[in-house]
Amino acid sequence: MKSAVVLLPGLNRDRDMIAALTKIGGRPPATVWQTDTEIPDVDLIVIPGGFSYGDYLRCGAIAARMPVMRAVAKRAEQGVRVIGVCNGFQILLEAGLLPGVLMRNASLKFVCREVMLEVANPDTVFTRGYRHGQVIRCPVAHHDGNYFTDAETLSRIEGDGRVVFRYAQGTNPNGSLNDIAGIVNGAGNVLGLMPHPENLIEAAHGGTDGRALFESALRCEAA
Amino acid sequence: MIKARVTVTLKNGVLDPQGKAIEGALGTLGFSGVGHVRQGKVFDLELNSADRAKAEADLKAMCEKLLANTVIENYAVEIA
Repeated sequence: MKSAVVLLPGLNRDRDMIAALTKIGGRPPATVWQTDTEIPDVDLIVIPGGFSYGDYLRCGAIAARMPVMRAVAKRAEQGVRVIGVCNGFQILLEAGLLPGVLMRNASLKFVCREVMLEVANPDTVFTRGYRHGQVIRCPVAHHDGNYFTDAETLSRIEGDGRVVFRYAQGTNPNGSLNDIAGIVNGAGNVLGLMPHPENLIEAAHGGTDGRALFESALRCEAA
Repeated sequence: MIKARVTVTLKNGVLDPQGKAIEGALGTLGFSGVGHVRQGKVFDLELNSADRAKAEADLKAMCEKLLANTVIENYAVEIA
């Protein structure tokens, strides 16, 4: 299965993401630059973390208006799987591919630590490698991961099972509504999450809890 | 040329931890009785146009598309 990684100035987790996709997918992902208007024929597009455009205006706001994001939106509409991690999640929200916003952490502090994540919905193409309610370890590193949306949207995404990851066991690091750590779009092919599963995929990382997410997303057959 | 100012503020009901921190710091400085500090943004723009109606429509579109995130923010446009 072929993948692509979106590159934007200020992202810094792209190398980790490329390494993870190469290791798990068996071949290196294609890379696309912010000004590219076409994305190669791939099955999975990943927007990695970092600080695109220095977080100017709002995290992800400028990146979300770059030409490459119109190309990502087009591919997403065609059913191509899209994952946004950390700043990538913020970019997907700013681009309108997912609902809600990520606000400044309630503590006002940058958090860089390991959290526990509950798999709230294992019936997505991204999470089928996990069991319902399974709790996994995952690192987070962000300043703006405090998920917020209006009450109506919140009840809709909760009702539709679109919250796929929640901070578990009191480890919510940012004040996120309903402990939300990751959500999918209505069609289920676009995932945004704050934690960094690409940093927990081999024994040298201290664990492999993030591996199943990429194994699931890179599997060709339908969920 | 038209000069304009766009003010972006958080909607009511949206938590503003930064505003809260500023409120706390004002209290620390001895300004008592300060309540409900909300932080916002101001943008000053110059438009190469003489058409005020078009400028206003353009500015609103800029707010909707970029300057404000309307999930959590309101905006106001002022033309000088």
